[in-house]
Amino acid sequence: MSATDKLSPTPVQKELARVLAFLKHELRPRGKLLTPFNLVTGGIVLATAVILCFRFACGIGAVTNLDQQYPWGLWIGFDVVTGVAFAGGAYVLVFMVHVLGMERYRPIVRVTVLNGFLAYVFYAGALVLDLGRPWNVINPIIGNSFGVSSVLFLVAWHFMLYMFAQLIEFSPAIAEWLGLDRVRRLLERLTLGAVILGISLSLLHQSGLGALYLMAKGKIQPLWYSEFIPIQFLVTSVFAGLAMVIFEGTISARVFHHRASAAFHFAQERIVIGLSRICAGAMFVYLFLQALVFVHGRDWLAMTPGWGAWYLLENVGFVAVPCVLFALAWRHRSTLLSRIAAIGAMLGVILNRLNVSVIAFQPNAAVRYVPTWMEVVVTLGVISAEIWVFRWIVNRMPVLREDTVPATVTVAAPTPAQPSPRRKEA
Amino acid sequence: MNAPAPDHRCEGPGPDRRSFLRALGVIGAGLALSPQALAQAEAEGDPYGVLVDTTLCVGCRTCTRVCAEGHGLPVPPDQCRETTSPTQLTVVDGRQLDDPKVELGVVFVKRQCLHCLQPACASACLTRAMHKTESGPVTWDKGKCMGCRYCMVCCPFDVPKFEYDSPTPQIRKCDLCVDRLQRGEPPRCVANCEAGALTFGRRSELLREAHKRLATNPDGYHQHIFGEHEAGGTSWLYLAAVPFDRLGFPKDLEQQSYPSLTKEFLYGVPVVLTLVPPLLLGISKAVHHNQANGGDHVGH
Repeated sequence: MSATDKLSPTPVQKELARVLAFLKHELRPRGKLLTPFNLVTGGIVLATAVILCFRFACGIGAVTNLDQQYPWGLWIGFDVVTGVAFAGGAYVLVFMVHVLGMERYRPIVRVTVLNGFLAYVFYAGALVLDLGRPWNVINPIIGNSFGVSSVLFLVAWHFMLYMFAQLIEFSPAIAEWLGLDRVRRLLERLTLGAVILGISLSLLHQSGLGALYLMAKGKIQPLWYSEFIPIQFLVTSVFAGLAMVIFEGTISARVFHHRASAAFHFAQERIVIGLSRICAGAMFVYLFLQALVFVHGRDWLAMTPGWGAWYLLENVGFVAVPCVLFALAWRHRSTLLSRIAAIGAMLGVILNRLNVSVIAFQPNAAVRYVPTWMEVVVTLGVISAEIWVFRWIVNRMPVLREDTVPATVTVAAPTPAQPSPRRKEA
Repeated sequence: MNAPAPDHRCEGPGPDRRSFLRALGVIGAGLALSPQALAQAEAEGDPYGVLVDTTLCVGCRTCTRVCAEGHGLPVPPDQCRETTSPTQLTVVDGRQLDDPKVELGVVFVKRQCLHCLQPACASACLTRAMHKTESGPVTWDKGKCMGCRYCMVCCPFDVPKFEYDSPTPQIRKCDLCVDRLQRGEPPRCVANCEAGALTFGRRSELLREAHKRLATNPDGYHQHIFGEHEAGGTSWLYLAAVPFDRLGFPKDLEQQSYPSLTKEFLYGVPVVLTLVPPLLLGISKAVHHNQANGGDHVGH
């Protein structure tokens, strides 16, 4: 039966053979292997692997400082609770470009979605490391025991669905890379649906991360607890995500200079300035919300000297100041100022998320939790592995450029970026 | 001395009402139980529970030994402990107090899971491994638990304990001897308490008994039943001679159930999931329609 097939392969088989040969070629590493960055991150990843062997052989207590009062430490507080906020840039940006039609930000959509997707993959992965009984991780998925009253159930499901949505959003780039033009066109038709689903899911799980702590009332220092935690987490995810886009874009533009299109480089400055303006707005909204929560919750009663100063450092030093810097950066069109503000805002978000999840958690505990060096190494190892995969993809797939300009862009023409280059050339 | 009345817990206690309640207690202990509390107990199916009278506990710690034996755990050290652990599902905490109401100068408080009527841990569990059974016990199922420890984050009493030093860790906590309950027997700790500090029964009966003790011996007790309203009500109830925060019970506990803290958020989920997608689709269509028109004008 298959004799004739073997003699004359069908187009699909030919295509498959071509893709496989291409993949084999692409899988080979490129460039120098022994760079300082590779050596350092390689060492960290190796150490992480060793630590994880201990963790799975001897239990979580063998490598972490977690105890009965601090069930969640750095791996959840930083990797998941903070990392997911930084991945928020993906849903904000696709909202701006695909829903609001702000075409000037289109050149950075792919790289941001890729970043978001990888962040979720690796942070969800880090979550599995923290599970005591990871072999039961399929239980809430396959439906033999749905804990639908749990906020964590919601967050877990939304994580999974959102990863899927992001994969669809990014999939045209994969199809382009593989040279599968018809598949790409098919996948592109799914983009808007995936974007809309993704934004809805993001609204819920970004706020859901905060809602996880609603039941910890009485365990979190009152300055960091309020019934508005879900909204606070949602608003911080907007500027945390965009600050990350600015920060990461700065690095990508340099490291992957050769991989980026001219449009990407040209658009970079305008994009950074535009994002600064949005960040300033979002941070102003957040400060306003913080003030309302402070007054509403009569939080001055909780302003003990130490915690009060720590609270002010977070909200003035790392929210109000970056907010003003973003506004100034936009006013003076200074990308340098934008980048400084982005770093400040990111530190503020890290501080806030760690305060809620670790630092201001159980403030009266006899033994305060401080992560072990091994917890820190594993966290760095997860980040290193993510950067490796990110680099591998950016060096191969059309992420910082689009090989084939999608039809939608040429039809929905008035990209704000287009008139200005003409003016410059003229 | 603070003496909140069993009903109307939001109002400040007044001497008039207190004496009124005492009078009520003398007339009939049953009347002291508010209809509100009774209705609540019936609505919850009136689960089993235990009344701990700390004024009767002599600190012999027999309960801790029979508990360990019954659950296949190592023999507990012969000393008082403040908190439970993965190998000690119940402990007796000895609190030294300089108070004329405390005869021996020390109050013994048995500690274990309080088996809330609406447990935070069970509503937090995304696999329903932590489960509130109808008869009262909050149980844990090792075949379902994935070890995320979110129950520990949520429990206002820090009860669930995790075996950090095991590659196949379990969540350990008191299960109210659910195996014995099914056979109609009381939990091991209660069955072996010789001092009579522990009383087993339906929660409504225990509340009635507790109110009776408060009424018949008003000076011997701090006029409050811990667990009647705390965290929305617990199956274990405590009586003591002194205010409970002096015995290491958590202060600032919610009077509503902890799961109700996330109710608003969870109600918002279907609203967002049904309203946001069409809204986004509408915006997207409107914007692109506009741009297509505007684009034509620029183009020509």
